[in-house]
Amino acid sequence: MKARVYVMLKNGVLDPQGEAVRHALGTLGFDGVKGVRQGKVIELDLADGTSEATVEQMCEKLLANTVIESYRIEVQ
Amino acid sequence: MRAAVVVFPGSNCDRDMAVALRAAGADVQMVWHKDAAMPDNIDLVAVPGGFSFGDYLRCGAIAAQSPICKAVVDHAQRGGYVLGVCNGFQVLTETGLLPGALMRNANLKFICKDVDLVVSSSNSAFTSGYGVGDTVCYPVAHHDGNYSIDDKGLARIKDEDRIAFTYTDNPNGSVADIAGVLSENRRVLGMMPHPERAVDAGHGGMDGQALFRGLFDQMVSA
Repeated sequence: MKARVYVMLKNGVLDPQGEAVRHALGTLGFDGVKGVRQGKVIELDLADGTSEATVEQMCEKLLANTVIESYRIEVQ
Repeated sequence: MRAAVVVFPGSNCDRDMAVALRAAGADVQMVWHKDAAMPDNIDLVAVPGGFSFGDYLRCGAIAAQSPICKAVVDHAQRGGYVLGVCNGFQVLTETGLLPGALMRNANLKFICKDVDLVVSSSNSAFTSGYGVGDTVCYPVAHHDGNYSIDDKGLARIKDEDRIAFTYTDNPNGSVADIAGVLSENRRVLGMMPHPERAVDAGHGGMDGQALFRGLFDQMVSA
């Protein structure tokens, strides 16, 4: 089975990389880009039957820093 | 004073740290990230700068899960002293020993220069050799030194006088110009600037010496 973890900076935490991407899009002529947030996607190839709760523990312990990041799990 | 300097794959300030500690009179041992325990009777654990595990995932995140870091946390929880500099500061926030997190510099650039800091609290073994309001000059060399903490956490560390150093000219976007933070028991210090690179007149000044001497004095009198 596979799971995907989306890690994003929490709302309210300034994302300097997202801001730089937003500026670059404006420079390229893409008007109206009001905001860009950059995160990461982590794909996990897991033993069948791994529970979502286990993936959640992986996120809490390592994959996300919950001080500044939030995460969302998608089990496929 | 007996000190241990942690070495991860990718550490690059470990030997500078050992030199600075020895110059202050410490007996220093290097400990490898796979070691599960500290040597006996260690007073201070120093977590040095560098790019542990290539900064993969997040700076300090992989190092914080290494066997030696469990021993670092145990040492801190027993009331032992811990100094984390640069990547070491990132590791200590990832272990939860210090509040907040270090994010990408606000200008997205790697910053490598000398910066002026103000000593914000002299109430710790690390900063007892300075006076509150003293200005010291240490080098910084980091890409992810932008200290972030929520409003509640910031109010708390301010109330508890746990901000050790602030930048006079904030280089990286850190909240409240914070350059270094103390733990609740004041025995764990994390900071982005490098005091261990400021202990030799031939290498850019001596301002860091008082930090290591302060620690040494504390350990000798304890």
